[in-house]
Amino acid sequence: MIEFKNVSKVYPNGTQGLKNINVKIEKGEFVVIVGLSGAGKSTFLRSINRLHEITSGEIAIDGKSITKAKGKDLRIARRDIGMIFQNFNLVKRSTVIRNVLSGRVGYHSTLRTVLGLFPKEDVNLALNALDRVNIVEKAYTRSDQLSGGQQQRVSIARALAQEAKIILADEPVASLDPLTTKQVMDDLQKINQDLGITTVVNLHFIDIARQYATRIIGLQAGEVVFDGPVEEATDERFSEIYGRPLETREDEEVEVGESAHESSK
Amino acid sequence: MNQVNEQKIPKAPSKWKHYFTFILILLLLWGSAYQTDSTFKELIEGFPNMFSVLDQMIPPNWAYFDNIIGAMLDTIRMAVLGTTIGAVIAIPFAIFSASNMIKSTWVYYPVRFLLNLVRTIPELLLAAIFVAIFGLGPLPGIFALGIFSTGIIAKLTYEAIEGIDKGPLESMTAVGANKIQWIMFSVVPQVAAYYVSYVLYSFEINVRAAAILGLVGAGGIGEYYDRTLGFLEYDKVSTIIIFTLLVVLIIDYISTKLRENLL
Repeated sequence: MIEFKNVSKVYPNGTQGLKNINVKIEKGEFVVIVGLSGAGKSTFLRSINRLHEITSGEIAIDGKSITKAKGKDLRIARRDIGMIFQNFNLVKRSTVIRNVLSGRVGYHSTLRTVLGLFPKEDVNLALNALDRVNIVEKAYTRSDQLSGGQQQRVSIARALAQEAKIILADEPVASLDPLTTKQVMDDLQKINQDLGITTVVNLHFIDIARQYATRIIGLQAGEVVFDGPVEEATDERFSEIYGRPLETREDEEVEVGESAHESSK
Repeated sequence: MNQVNEQKIPKAPSKWKHYFTFILILLLLWGSAYQTDSTFKELIEGFPNMFSVLDQMIPPNWAYFDNIIGAMLDTIRMAVLGTTIGAVIAIPFAIFSASNMIKSTWVYYPVRFLLNLVRTIPELLLAAIFVAIFGLGPLPGIFALGIFSTGIIAKLTYEAIEGIDKGPLESMTAVGANKIQWIMFSVVPQVAAYYVSYVLYSFEINVRAAAILGLVGAGGIGEYYDRTLGFLEYDKVSTIIIFTLLVVLIIDYISTKLRENLL
């Protein structure tokens, strides 16, 4: 369970990233965060594992505050949260399996991981994770030889190998074509359903959100302006909230520039 | 219609800056020549001497090879040891100089300043200082090369570190890695090839530098330059020069080939 209690974030330049957010995400939910560019989706997601620090309020995971955690406690809390990024964030010069195994570093001593001496169970875990996303045959390939969709699946495998209880995905399909988008989103959905991993995804496109989410949260200027099941997230409702309908995948060409802008922040 | 409104034409920039720069450079040149007493007359008068030295250098004294092989191997050994020392010390320096590794300007500015300082000291001067401390022989030369290459390798490596893709850094933070794991898994794979390349590059420089360190008594082939030049044995000098040239060329070639394959 992820709980936001009166969470606000003000950037040093005065921009309000998040504004008094109170949200509870239950175990096993598939939540999609939608909103226009700059609405605070990324800030929302990244504050859960503290890649971004919030300025006030508290975020608790299974009742334990992550915003107050320090040092080892914070690292252990992060170990239980897998993260998937728009640009995959793999080490391109390393092999696929090493990238997946890097999700295990939180479980072992520094010396052991630095020497690359992962136990046999970990290697099996990594290979199983790769198998789950149908890419196990690429285990010993260098990551930069994979296509974008394959790289994203490797990063999902990393989150699985981490044995994460929560998966956060920050625009996981923004740099993928429609076909690989479907594969990656299907993988996330399957993992959510099979393993009961709580999944929180930022998406630009409302049609994909409706297709996969069990619950949709709409953000605008750092505030929650919609929170409800998919059935309520109709075009009419969103037009009302945002003054225009949210983009669908067809508008993608127009969107590419904008989302690149958002990720550069 | 052809008449352009006079007020719209911007004023052409003044050329005075260029004239002034030109005059300043001329003055500098003239001043330097005057102060050091160098004149064209001397250059022309010295010309025949050049040929007489060259004349004495040819043919080289090939028999002298046997005497200098040991010293030449010493030179290479000095470069190997010096580069290794530098390569090891450079690692922490590079990490502590990179602004994306250490957030505090209070750390990386002083470390960078220290590196800049080290690089401004010529290795010959360093060697002379170490000879004064440790006495004659290759040891002070090795230390001098070690410190000198620390400066080079650390500087180039920290710039490589600052240029890495920050995505993997973010993902390693997100999986809960500690600082050392974070560096080993996201930084090292990205800079390892560059680092090795810089170590090889520094080795090339060190072989050349080691060849003259003997002039201040820090071991290697340089001592033989000093000796033979002192006795005006130019045929031996030319043997040493040819030998040094060969060794440097071969090492440069191998190192360049290796570096091409690395990156």
